[in-house]
Amino acid sequence: MDEILQHNQLSIEKSHCGRRGVQFEQTQQHASAYLPQSCLRKTAPNLPELSEFDTVRHFTRLSQLNYSLDGQFYPLGSCTMKYNPKAYDVLSVLPQFAQAHPFAPQSALQGTLRALYELQEGLKAITGLAAFTLQPAAGAHGELTGILTVRAYHESRKDFERCEVIVPDTAHGTNPATANMAGYTVVNIKSGPDGCVDLEALQATLSNKTAAVMLTVPNTVGLFEKNIRQIAELVHKAGALLYMDGANFNALIGLAKPADFGVDVMHLNLHKTFAAPHGGGGPGSGPVGAAAHVAKFLPKPFVVKENGVYKLEADRAESIGKMKAFYGNAAVCLRGLCYLKQFDATTLKTIAEKAILNANYVRAKLKGKFNAFFDTNCMHECVLSIDPHAMNGVHTSDVAKRLLDYGFYAPTIYFPLIVPEAMMIEPTETESKEMLDAFVTALEKIYDEIQTNPELVKAAPHTQCVERIDEVSAARQPNLRW
Amino acid sequence: MFTPHTSQDEQQMLQTLGISSLEELLTQIPAALRTKDFNLPSALTEQQLTAYLHELATQNKPLKNFIGAGCYEHFIPAAVPALSGRGEFLTAYTPYQAEASQGTLQTIYEFQSCICALMEMDVATASHYDGATALAEAVLACGRITGRKEILVSALLHPHYKEVLKTYTKHSGLTISEVKATENGTLDVNALQTQISAATACVVLANPNFLGYVEQAEKIEEITHGAGALLTALVNPISLGVLQTPGSYQADFAVAEGQVLGNPMSFGGPGLGILTSKKAYMRQLPGRMVGIAKDHQGRRAFVLTLQAREQHIRREKAASNICSNEAICALNAVIYLTLLGPQGLKEVAELNVERAHQLAEKISQVKGFSVLKKDPFFNEFVVQCPVAAAEVIEKMAERGIAAGYDLGTTCASMKNCLLVCATEMRTEKDLQAYADALGGI
Amino acid sequence: MYNQENCRFAKTHEWAFAEGDVAVVGISNHAQEEISDIVFVDLPKVGQKTEVGKNCCVVESVKSASEIYAPVSGEIVEVNEALNADPALVNREPHGNGWLFKIKMANPAELDNLLDFNAYQATIAK
Repeated sequence: MDEILQHNQLSIEKSHCGRRGVQFEQTQQHASAYLPQSCLRKTAPNLPELSEFDTVRHFTRLSQLNYSLDGQFYPLGSCTMKYNPKAYDVLSVLPQFAQAHPFAPQSALQGTLRALYELQEGLKAITGLAAFTLQPAAGAHGELTGILTVRAYHESRKDFERCEVIVPDTAHGTNPATANMAGYTVVNIKSGPDGCVDLEALQATLSNKTAAVMLTVPNTVGLFEKNIRQIAELVHKAGALLYMDGANFNALIGLAKPADFGVDVMHLNLHKTFAAPHGGGGPGSGPVGAAAHVAKFLPKPFVVKENGVYKLEADRAESIGKMKAFYGNAAVCLRGLCYLKQFDATTLKTIAEKAILNANYVRAKLKGKFNAFFDTNCMHECVLSIDPHAMNGVHTSDVAKRLLDYGFYAPTIYFPLIVPEAMMIEPTETESKEMLDAFVTALEKIYDEIQTNPELVKAAPHTQCVERIDEVSAARQPNLRW
Repeated sequence: MFTPHTSQDEQQMLQTLGISSLEELLTQIPAALRTKDFNLPSALTEQQLTAYLHELATQNKPLKNFIGAGCYEHFIPAAVPALSGRGEFLTAYTPYQAEASQGTLQTIYEFQSCICALMEMDVATASHYDGATALAEAVLACGRITGRKEILVSALLHPHYKEVLKTYTKHSGLTISEVKATENGTLDVNALQTQISAATACVVLANPNFLGYVEQAEKIEEITHGAGALLTALVNPISLGVLQTPGSYQADFAVAEGQVLGNPMSFGGPGLGILTSKKAYMRQLPGRMVGIAKDHQGRRAFVLTLQAREQHIRREKAASNICSNEAICALNAVIYLTLLGPQGLKEVAELNVERAHQLAEKISQVKGFSVLKKDPFFNEFVVQCPVAAAEVIEKMAERGIAAGYDLGTTCASMKNCLLVCATEMRTEKDLQAYADALGGI
Repeated sequence: MYNQENCRFAKTHEWAFAEGDVAVVGISNHAQEEISDIVFVDLPKVGQKTEVGKNCCVVESVKSASEIYAPVSGEIVEVNEALNADPALVNREPHGNGWLFKIKMANPAELDNLLDFNAYQATIAK
């Protein structure tokens, strides 16, 4: 069929002059009757001309070329690809929410404002922190918000000497990039042999120049920072603040509160822990929480409740300012609220418990064929390491591509950087035992193939709509548009 | 909720792990740090949740909307959400494994192409958070490219964008100065000419500007480039159905809020940050980009490219920390543009122009109200009221109308000024109802 | 062209080849092998001043961005424009047409602080 109907024809290649997918009513006069010629567009844009049906076929066909969580298991480490409940697709776009204008009178926005307020309160309850802003549009945007908040805190104390942010070598790339955007110098510290922060190395690095330590908890090798209390004490003793990257909060939800660790500022990812879909890259939402002494620096405005009325409070003199126009990704926040509302104080911990159980189950089942880099119980994800010398020259990327042939998306690979040939698996709590068993079976088969026919694995994938892609030529001569 | 484990599953899994209770796995968290007291209300079933969200929704009061100010109500064809809401798009991850993500990748390539065509720019990214953050990134890029430190911003830039720009550039060494406006509601080009210097990295132009008026872009371009500075234009994508494009007036960077392209207002978020540039600055653009490649059989394939610019590779050396973007909003935009085509886009833009001008005419006839209309405007304009705009807004809301944006909230001298918008969503009947209500207060 | 036996090497894998008071700079064969397929070279600006050990150029592959440090101090007087069209030149001819930039040396004696070919070979053999 693909030979007759080329599967990846561009919309512009299907275009027919004069065809259209939507029509608007006719105006009485053309724009030139209202506007001077000098400010008018000279040539029509080169957009495709398709009927509505052409368009539906085109995008439906494209959707079918994708793996997706609804269709396949996504064992992506650090990405928390948990089921996205269908109810939220409907509830987050109810017409009154979707048609709410951010500058409408606040008396006409009480539903949206109340929803945001309740989400803020819920996030405070589960983290123990004093305040939450919902303004950041993504996790990295939350990090920047958080680190700018840290900076405002120090500057309010006339402490201008602090110019460094300490980041462990296991951190996501966003952490150092964030610190740099906030005008800080990044100081990397090595992890200890147990995969956790080396307290001595930390102590040696901390100084009156340290503004913050950015820590992912559990860390990116899937381990809980067991010395987190001592870390917080050391950080605070040096006059710095502890920033927690909450990308991996799925392992802690309902079990522990970051405020009890001594965390000063943190972000959460609603598109990870709180079941909002990833959307092929976004939109997300990255709420930022802060302890009482830092809260007043969070961005403005804030949703507050006064005498039973919800309103946006913009009068925050020490705030870092605004991080995005309007308020935040409200539609994503509504999904987060929906999720939170479906749990109570006792059921909340089942999320983390089952996430941890699933990750350890996969780790245990694969042992002997694919081993964990740190041979110990893990939290919500396990990090395996492949030795190509012992695997007939097969690399992690080959295993990842071969998994696609078995109907599974690939795990996160080559991250964290401290683990050679890393393969990071996060099943999440919403996968069933039989799905995990099937995934393990696929990896066992790949292990056998590596022994008997490594070339098959090295040339994978074989069943996708395209084979391995020449990324080198694509980057040398970029073709980014028609 | 949503955990499929039966007690039998759990038992078997614990057995595999050689332990007898789940609690043994949780000992990784020191006991002193475990919490049990979570102050949460009782859990809701899906049915209860549905009722609850509907109850919240009814607390939003529907008003006939005449507010724009950076977030606009436009018609969204049913096919847009029907297609973008497909689970295959909505629940996919970022397309890092290209072979299993060709659908998402191709839609991004088509998005980049449609945006470049619309704006007449060379390169577009896969998206940014919103128009304001896209603008901030463009300005930071201008600083890096020119090595200069001063940013000149039109006083008629959206107040939120000004604030975001301030937050983003605070620790970058760039300084921001405003260029004042004329009484006609457009940028004062003479003031620009006076303020610009060899220290100016870029000039930020909003076109149409925050008040809705169309700028003399060519003149501004001439002054900007004459001083060796770069021109960054913020535009309204729908307006480009009729208005001259940033590419036509040689903008170096052009950014936009793409919400208007098939995305609902949703209280202002998610938006869709559109970020484009001339080809020469391609590698200065932050965020994902998709390119065409070939697979090993020589077939066309799509792939994330130029990744060495990004944080996951360059870490603290990356120009931006952006990772997640607004992919589904970009998908809505490309489906919208595909449905409209060049003709549909022109039609909707012309409807906006006509409705806004019809409304301006009607308001001009209401006693005590006048419209600022010396310079051309697109779908928004300024109304001078006989009383405070806040009072007009309050009284119009009682009549079921969201009358506009109170310009007094951002500029004290404009206390009596109302920013009013009419898109294609407002029928001629709506326009009459607005004028009648205004006459009645 | 810039025979490796006649080049001086930094431990960070750059080589310098003296032509009077101008040093031609490139990366070693070992470095280009490690980086593998080079897709882009972010060249410095002519006229830019640089110092020993200061990063002044970036070499990109699909999955990496490698900083290039100046092996000697001075002013950038020429960059290899041919790399804009064909960055793979660095892979094919690291000691020839794949050179990166030329520095007018502020202090040619700095060359003596660099390794000779044999000493460099010994460091990468470790």
